Amino acid sequence: MASKFINISLKVWRQKNANAKGAIETYKLDHVSTDSSFLEMMDQLNEQLINERKEPIAFDHDCREGICGSCSMYINGRAHGPETGTTTCQLHMRSFKDGDTVYVEPWRAKAFPVIKDLVVDRSAFDRIQQAGGFVSVNTSGRTMDANAIPIPKDDADKAFEAAACIGCGACVATCKNSSAMLFVGAKVSQYALLPQGKVEAKDRVLNMVRQMDEEGFGNCTNTGACEVECPKGISLENIARMNREFLKAALSAE
Amino acid sequence: MSKSAILSSSIAKKYWMAVTGLFLCLFLVGHLLGNLQLVMKTGEEGRRAFNEYAYFMSHNIFIKVLSYATYISILFHAVDGIMLTLQNKKARPVNYVYNNPSANSSGAARKMAVLGTAILVFIVIHMANFWWKMKYSSEPMPIHTYVVSSTDQTGQSKTDTLYYTHTPSLQPVPTNPMIVVKNGTELYFKDVNVKVGDTYKDLHKIVMSFFGKSINGAPTNQYALFAVILYVLSMAILSFHLMHGFSSAFQSLGLNHKKYTPSIKLFGKIFAIVVPAAFAIIPVLIFLSK
Repeated sequence: MASKFINISLKVWRQKNANAKGAIETYKLDHVSTDSSFLEMMDQLNEQLINERKEPIAFDHDCREGICGSCSMYINGRAHGPETGTTTCQLHMRSFKDGDTVYVEPWRAKAFPVIKDLVVDRSAFDRIQQAGGFVSVNTSGRTMDANAIPIPKDDADKAFEAAACIGCGACVATCKNSSAMLFVGAKVSQYALLPQGKVEAKDRVLNMVRQMDEEGFGNCTNTGACEVECPKGISLENIARMNREFLKAALSAE
Repeated sequence: MSKSAILSSSIAKKYWMAVTGLFLCLFLVGHLLGNLQLVMKTGEEGRRAFNEYAYFMSHNIFIKVLSYATYISILFHAVDGIMLTLQNKKARPVNYVYNNPSANSSGAARKMAVLGTAILVFIVIHMANFWWKMKYSSEPMPIHTYVVSSTDQTGQSKTDTLYYTHTPSLQPVPTNPMIVVKNGTELYFKDVNVKVGDTYKDLHKIVMSFFGKSINGAPTNQYALFAVILYVLSMAILSFHLMHGFSSAFQSLGLNHKKYTPSIKLFGKIFAIVVPAAFAIIPVLIFLSK
């Protein structure tokens, strides 16, 4: 298939550092291959900026194959851009037309402060994980094989679907309340569905929700935006499961 | 830990919103069934049915308990909602320059706080217009009286205006200077302090004239059309609020399952259209019936 090339105009959020006041800058970028990914287009723009002796745009990226959860751009008013089930690195320029104006902004949330340009600090997610997103395993040398415990296929599938969360933060970015409940719901569900996770289930959900609230994320109002924008298609059922787990735990934990 | 969690955590706040919200949905059904008395029966029969209903509502201990639960639910739902909204606003101090939320969520879902505030304003106006008048107004409430025509021994037809009482064994009590009304609805002989019966407050008349129906040539609310429009508009707002709120409450309570969630969503949409529409049609019918 022959490549097509388009010329676009970009409006990108530029911010020197966490304390600086940022603003939207406009750039013209010509000869963008529609086969290039969005991040390759950003590389092309940065090359142009470097050639003009300007500071390149800082943005998060790592695996560039939709699995690491690093890329994090709010493109034309939507997390990870116009396609669903897609991370920014897997978004291609064929989703845009010649002459388009494309807005690129960082995730916006109090709990995700901007570090520079399009890079935000998502360590709040790490702290939520550390509060309970794990299973304690005795590593004395006689560790039992995880597969020795029979797990119903349905539960295993649901746990796997929840575990597909890559922690990119699109749910927070797109939520009008900057709520992290889809992320925390997925992490809670992943373990709640498995026998290995049942042991610490009560403390897990209470601690993770407490940490989530302390980080300053907003409250879920069930708009369902997160489910639509999640690149991994994490379902709202996981938030409902977290709500059930939380009720159970809050009423019975001592 | 668990004590504070059940009150102050973000998830617990959602439980309270859901529980109070669903209770208020039940209240809507009860209130609607009462209001339908205004249009199901017409004339004196409808008037009696509605005033008897209003009396029952203000004199039944079970209803009293329910009414306090309703006041508390409204207050809690509103206060909790405002707190959640303020927290949610704080969670995003810098907004997007360009945002396209309609790509992933419904307007009703995103505007619950605005819709809810509008409904709260409506409730305050609504209670000032009817509930306050019924209970605390310094002006005496109109009393339910009705006219009977009869023929006396001489063959002359005459009309009597009688109090509508709820002590059926007693003789009809005519309106004349000998009878005075005390404590709102108690009928007494004027000079001797003897009670002759209990009558009804005529809330039916207040409602009818408020929405523009003239009763026996009595003056009606000159702003009736405005009141009807405002009422219908409020019900439209309620409809949008319920459109998201009904099924959202089940999600907040952790009830989301492929088996029953589609049915809950469908029922929620039907509820959100039918209930406010049935409320709204009543003042429209009253207004048109003059």
